[in-house]
Amino acid sequence: MSSPSEIDHLIDLMAKLPGLGPRSARRAVLHLIRKRALLLTPLADVMQEVAATARECLNCGNVGTTDICDICDSEKRATGELCVVEDVADLWAMERSGVFKGRYHVLGGTLSALDSIGPEDLRIPRLADRIDTEGITEVILALNATVDGQTTAHYIADQLQGRVRLTSLAQGVPIGGELDYLDDGTISAALRARKDI
Amino acid sequence: MKLALTQLNLSHFRSHIGAKLTLDGRPVAIHGSNGAGKTNILEAVSLFSPGRGLRRASAAEIARRPEALGWKLRGDLQSPGRAHEVETWSEGGAARQVRIDGKMASQVALGRIARVLWLIPAMDRLWIEGADGRRRFLDRIALSFDPDHAEAALAYDKAMRERNRLLRDQVRDPAWYGALETQMARAGHRIHGGRVAALEYLSAAQARAETAFPTAELELQQSEGEMPGSEEDLRAALSESRFRDLAAGRALVGPHRTDLYGVYAAKGVPARDCSTGEQKALLVSLILANARALAEQIGAAPILLLDEVAAHLDASRRAALYDEICAIGSQAWMTGTGPELFAELGDRAQTVEVTEAGGVSSVTMT
Repeated sequence: MSSPSEIDHLIDLMAKLPGLGPRSARRAVLHLIRKRALLLTPLADVMQEVAATARECLNCGNVGTTDICDICDSEKRATGELCVVEDVADLWAMERSGVFKGRYHVLGGTLSALDSIGPEDLRIPRLADRIDTEGITEVILALNATVDGQTTAHYIADQLQGRVRLTSLAQGVPIGGELDYLDDGTISAALRARKDI
Repeated sequence: MKLALTQLNLSHFRSHIGAKLTLDGRPVAIHGSNGAGKTNILEAVSLFSPGRGLRRASAAEIARRPEALGWKLRGDLQSPGRAHEVETWSEGGAARQVRIDGKMASQVALGRIARVLWLIPAMDRLWIEGADGRRRFLDRIALSFDPDHAEAALAYDKAMRERNRLLRDQVRDPAWYGALETQMARAGHRIHGGRVAALEYLSAAQARAETAFPTAELELQQSEGEMPGSEEDLRAALSESRFRDLAAGRALVGPHRTDLYGVYAAKGVPARDCSTGEQKALLVSLILANARALAEQIGAAPILLLDEVAAHLDASRRAALYDEICAIGSQAWMTGTGPELFAELGDRAQTVEVTEAGGVSSVTMT
């Protein structure tokens, strides 16, 4: 049986997870202990397994358990479309929608001179290589609408100009959104990107 | 119609452990001895607009010492046809949070429902000190007309700091510079447009008004050359300036190099060469013009915060100021050391007395 100090250690570690604080970490640990057979032991086993096998895809930067992830490995995903995202979480969000059938390229962040993050830290050279080796015809820049995100988008666009079709995600009214609640910038972006019905 | 706070609660805010003010939209005359906590109330009201308030203090600095528990403000804000419950607070030195009508909101959202203008003694030297202060003054005026001005200013500042770092690190990557200059040009052009529009509104409001305060002629000046007229021109100017910027370690063109130049119109004298009293009168004139222009534009007079405004004004100018505030219809929060400074207001204002004992302020509405 764990001594209280080991349980405290587990609570401390859990509290470092995104979305959890000390109180929710205590609740989660207590729950795990009460559901030892059902949750705690299987969780510990699978975490050990993931710790041993998880790695970044050498091609796109996605997280998987093989050197080349399933998406990069799949011939069906070789549509010529490449979606560039900042982070693996963005890739997973795109995948959840189930709409995009091409491949991804995870930059691993955005350009930030203040944080000493340059192009070579962001898999941008690798992105340029992939255009040729994978027969990419369109690069979709799915980067956040922040200063850093848009600076990175402009940088990549400059690097790839003339080599491939460059597109970015549309900006505007979210599905289920009400115009009354949108800020002026979003409304003007939506108006500029209007389309025929 | 006017914008007004009808209820203001302060909790652990600077010298106020707990204060509640119930208001009816009239101007608010706050009197009390030096250090009683009068300006703290004005600072509280200033935090119902975006930014760091009239003292430009961080959220952590505002908390009462030595407890440092954090602070909270709650206000009922009356605007044309609507009422909002606004809360803003900070805990443990974290950035301040805003809730409007029970829902978390951004500070930009605050700017859309509340327009707050202020004049404080620290601005008395505005015309003679560095251009920084005048740009900030101008940007607050522009922000009062266009709440999205703050967003452009933040985006510009962020992109410029990134580019300055590249310059200082002597990075030679034209694409990286180009990407940042595109961002700076987009935001910078919006900033410049907002400032030009603000000056036009002020100029029109001054021309239409019958006022006891002097008219100020205002003009934007660049530290060198002209401000590029379009987004593309600004991008090109930044690109062309890159080598000079590398030597300087910072950007030498753009709206951050703009200065606000003011002239006392009736005398044709630059504001910086006017007497202390005249400089103050020019600032009062601009704040009143801003309020009038806003009242016309959004259909509601803004909230005014005038700290120690009577200090440099003689009795007749003071009376004229109060008449003009009442004519505009603003809920003006004013401070002074004694009630006699507000005698000319009579029952046109609510009166608040602030006293202090043992580092704790108390508020009495009379």
